Amino acid sequence: MTAAVASDAPMVYADRVSKSFGSNEVLKSISLTVPRGEVMCLVGPSGSGKSTFLRCINHLERVDAGRLSVDGVLVGYEERGDKLYELKPREAARQRRDIGMVFQRFNLFPHMTALENIVEAPIRVNKVKKDAAITHGRELLARVGLAEKEDAYPAHLSGGQQQRVAIARALAMEPKLMLFDEPTSALDPELVGEVLDVMKGLADSGMTMIVVTHEMGFAREVADQLVFMDGGVVVESGDPDEVLGNPQHQRTKAFLSKVL
Amino acid sequence: MSDSRRSVTPASVSPNGTDQAEAIRAIRLRHPWRNIVAVVLVAVLVLFIVDASQRDAYSWDNFAKFIFDKRISQAAGYTLLLTVYSMIIAIILGVTLAVMRLSDNPVVTGIAWLYLWVFRGTPVYVQLVFWGLFSTIYSTIDLGIPFAEPWLSLDTNAIISVFWLAVIGLALNESAYMAEIVRAGILSVDKGQDEAATALGMSWLQTMTRVVIPQAMRIIIPPTGNEVISMLKTTSLVAAVPFSFDLYGRSRDISAVIFDPIPLLLVASAWYLLFTSILMVGQYFLEKRFSRGVGQARPEKNDNATGTIPLVTGVIDTPRSEPDPGTDTDASGKEHR
Repeated sequence: MTAAVASDAPMVYADRVSKSFGSNEVLKSISLTVPRGEVMCLVGPSGSGKSTFLRCINHLERVDAGRLSVDGVLVGYEERGDKLYELKPREAARQRRDIGMVFQRFNLFPHMTALENIVEAPIRVNKVKKDAAITHGRELLARVGLAEKEDAYPAHLSGGQQQRVAIARALAMEPKLMLFDEPTSALDPELVGEVLDVMKGLADSGMTMIVVTHEMGFAREVADQLVFMDGGVVVESGDPDEVLGNPQHQRTKAFLSKVL
Repeated sequence: MSDSRRSVTPASVSPNGTDQAEAIRAIRLRHPWRNIVAVVLVAVLVLFIVDASQRDAYSWDNFAKFIFDKRISQAAGYTLLLTVYSMIIAIILGVTLAVMRLSDNPVVTGIAWLYLWVFRGTPVYVQLVFWGLFSTIYSTIDLGIPFAEPWLSLDTNAIISVFWLAVIGLALNESAYMAEIVRAGILSVDKGQDEAATALGMSWLQTMTRVVIPQAMRIIIPPTGNEVISMLKTTSLVAAVPFSFDLYGRSRDISAVIFDPIPLLLVASAWYLLFTSILMVGQYFLEKRFSRGVGQARPEKNDNATGTIPLVTGVIDTPRSEPDPGTDTDASGKEHR
């Protein structure tokens, strides 16, 4: 999609990834590939493991089995010889820098203004000069349509505005991959569009994105690949028009009949 | 949604509130008992003040003589120092203990719990007496390898003064309470904050100092202010160590000399009151500072939204399953990609 095809490894490569919480197996042998510059939408009923899979990608959750790599690099572990070593917190943090994440409940830092939220990580983590970070932060705020809100605290912004600041905050780290965990599910219906617009713009700019969503219209329009998950397994995946328009599996049909 | 149940504002009525009902003008309800109680209370207070001003036992001349006595103001300085030093140590220790109690390591958690159990479970007065006997229990402080000849042996009395024993005694006791306050503050911060910071690649220390602790402060500061005020008053117990240059100790010494305890109690009380009043003002400003961004104005809806006020569509049950035709979610269409 863009010229950024430097390495030939896919951006995200999951090979038979499993994950359990206690005796509850939430991911059962998930295999997925997200090529560079593409958008993948994850849909499915709640409890199907979509969010958990997303959180595994930036190692907020630990993978129990299988291999999960981002840009050719194993997530959370290091392979030396035939042994896997768990990464130190510092190394895990380094991996997360390149992966932006947007949460369902925004999780903006309430004691910082919109601009402070955005420049915090670039200054503290990437050691960007303060002036440069602020200039870049203002550009990002303008990009999400909130240029004049830089001094507003999150409590003074609507849900849609907060989520757009959260997207700008993730972009400030100049990630190569963006993860969206139900970014519009906590929003009032009339505020959903403004967030989806920003995400659409981001997709158009060539960002690799994985979006857990219930917005089928968005998925159909923006996604290169749509994955339907249920009960911790990938039930069906492929071109969004195909999956949404002509679902093959019974479970996909049942789910889509409820949400479409 | 049947049409018969819809109520529509008639076109003849102006919808934006120009046709308002007349304001209510009623006789206000009287509260005679409120007034009576107030008058009685004021009368009692005035009587008490007039009586106290003339009563010999208060000997106001001695109060006036000693309120700005140099020994008293010096003692007030010691009381302040005891308060400040012990609170600083208590806060640092308290944060450490709180982090220990939230640790994943069960031994660390257990030791923090044991500390709290001992220092919260015994009276501070008893602890201060213990610290006074510290040099009796440990006459020397030895540095070196255990069970071998020490490299350095220090005389306890020579290196720790009574003042610092008092500070240590107060601080260790207070740190147990501060630990619980800090722990409650940290636990009050939403887990999502920690996750957001982690996802941005921030380290544990950065997450704590930049994200969690500043938000926890809002919960921590009010009870900590109370603890400072409480500590200021608890310093009057340092006589147990025994340290006697604090405000209460000094005023008691003077009263023993002039055989007139009551005016000096008033002198000490006046100074304590002055300090607690100043602390209360300081606490007010600190609370204001750390409540930045919390619950002021309501968010403005639709302000500056990127043109997405949806038209009402027929699909009510799943309004978000299909993009509203009125939003540019759909309007931009597939041709984008």
